[in-house]
Amino acid sequence: MSTPLVTVSRVQKVFRRGSEEVRVLSDLDLTIRDGEFVALMGPSGSGKSTLLNILAGLDRPSSGTVEIAGERIDSLSRRALAQWRARHVGFVFQFYNLLPVLSAERNVELPLLLTSLSRSERRRHVATALEIVGLSHRAKHTPRTLSGGEQQRVGIARAIVTDPTLILADEPTGDLDRKSGDGILDLLQALNREHNKAIVMVTHDPHAAERASRRLHMVDGQLSSEMAA
Amino acid sequence: MKYAALILSNFKRHKLRTALTILSIVVAFVLFAYLAAIRTAFSMGVSVAGANRLIVRHKISLIQPLPQAYEAQIEQIDGVADATQASWFGGVYRDKPNAFAQIAVEPEEFMKTYPEFVVPPAQAETWKKTRTGAIAGRTIAERYGWKIGDRIPIEATFLRPKTGGNTWTFDLVAVYDGKTKETDTTGFFFRHDYLDENRFWGQGLTGWYYITIKDPAQAERIVSAIDAKFANSPAETKTETEKAFVKGFAEQMGNIAAITIAILTAVFFTILLVAGNTMAQAVRERVNELGVMKAIGFTDAQVLSMVLAESLLISFVGGALGLTLGWLAVSAGDPTGGALPVFIFPQRDLLIGVVLVALLGIVTGMIPAGQAMRLNAVDALRRE
Repeated sequence: MSTPLVTVSRVQKVFRRGSEEVRVLSDLDLTIRDGEFVALMGPSGSGKSTLLNILAGLDRPSSGTVEIAGERIDSLSRRALAQWRARHVGFVFQFYNLLPVLSAERNVELPLLLTSLSRSERRRHVATALEIVGLSHRAKHTPRTLSGGEQQRVGIARAIVTDPTLILADEPTGDLDRKSGDGILDLLQALNREHNKAIVMVTHDPHAAERASRRLHMVDGQLSSEMAA
Repeated sequence: MKYAALILSNFKRHKLRTALTILSIVVAFVLFAYLAAIRTAFSMGVSVAGANRLIVRHKISLIQPLPQAYEAQIEQIDGVADATQASWFGGVYRDKPNAFAQIAVEPEEFMKTYPEFVVPPAQAETWKKTRTGAIAGRTIAERYGWKIGDRIPIEATFLRPKTGGNTWTFDLVAVYDGKTKETDTTGFFFRHDYLDENRFWGQGLTGWYYITIKDPAQAERIVSAIDAKFANSPAETKTETEKAFVKGFAEQMGNIAAITIAILTAVFFTILLVAGNTMAQAVRERVNELGVMKAIGFTDAQVLSMVLAESLLISFVGGALGLTLGWLAVSAGDPTGGALPVFIFPQRDLLIGVVLVALLGIVTGMIPAGQAMRLNAVDALRRE
């Protein structure tokens, strides 16, 4: 068994809406091991996106601890958290979120601008990432000229180009037709199996969740059940 | 530098909007350069006025003459190095009144008093020996195509010659240059003794005196001493520093500096709103993208710097174009066809322009950059 990559202990997340407190996550514990592909399922409002944001370092828990790759991220400053994200997290969004004015390769290069790599090294990394997602021939295209599936592939290339510790995907097939969605799931699965990338994927789609090695269900801010593939 | 492509790519979003914003900045800075040149033209004498020079004129007005006998009396006052007379001629050249200033002076003393008018030594000697001799500034000599040796006829308006008719003829013996760019090279100076001998009336009278003093720190005392000396006489004097005299002369047309500053303030305030609105809109439109950048790992400070850099770039492109075009327009020449003695875009104003460009970029980018910096990535990602 591989070592734990992610350890979430007794995490709570409480939002304030006026005088009312809304508990989104309650005493949540979770361990994800290196190389796992985890699907996070659950109804809307169950807290899965909040958990994903906490794992990504985009949000902080109200209490509890989050340790990823040996580092406690719940106590990092905003600046340190941003730098940590740049090093450790690759984010795949539901609506791709590519910068429309940049070509596919420039979009993929974006996270590399935060590293100390030279221009030629950045180009090499971008070419590799685009090759992995099968889009080398569309490198110069802007998002507007790419299909939804292609745009999501560019999004995945952007997520993996820095070789992150963890890939987080928020409904990556939610905006795609079944065929394109399957292509994306194939790609995520290949990244997990062939490149041993740990992936946490939020999805509503049971068909998509079947691709994961482990499926977690969330209800009312807690993990309710777990299924191994 | 690696962020340059990212910053530049944002200009592709709304090319027309970016172009119009830049254009408005260009227009503002062309206007800035032009108004700076106009203000300089009107205050030109003030900035080059010698600290050791005073002007003595009639207390009532500049057109009232003073007795020539005052010269010797003024020179006796403690602290005065030299006094030399000058008279306004006000003639018409080629049917054009006020084509250029014609002033009768005493060559030797005048050249000593005004070393900023650079006359080649040999030509200066000729002037001293030629009673009908006159010297002209390079600007008007070139404007009218005069060469040394030319005879220049000027029609008198009030100082008619004894010889009959209206025409005075001068022999051009020298062309002077300015020591600096700000020096007026549109003057035409001829000999006072030639004027005295040949005018119908006014013998023994002069327009004003140029006084050279030994110590500028004593100016105030000498001014009082001169005016006191001629107090209660038929021709009382008003003495002032050359700077104050030239400033007063320029302000006869109104406070040009205040007028230009008022116009520029209005223009820049408008541009501030235009460019500021463009930047605010540019940031509002891409809140989601800024959220993505933060999710990827861009820090708040990096996002702030990028928005600010974008705003500075717009300002610098517009400002650089505007200042260059303004400089070219000013270099093309005085729009009045010669009424302004000096028409230049001074280096000092160019520097002020560069500072204004930077300020415009910072001020217009500050608020949207601050908003972008404070943006919460999770909230921003929710916005489509």
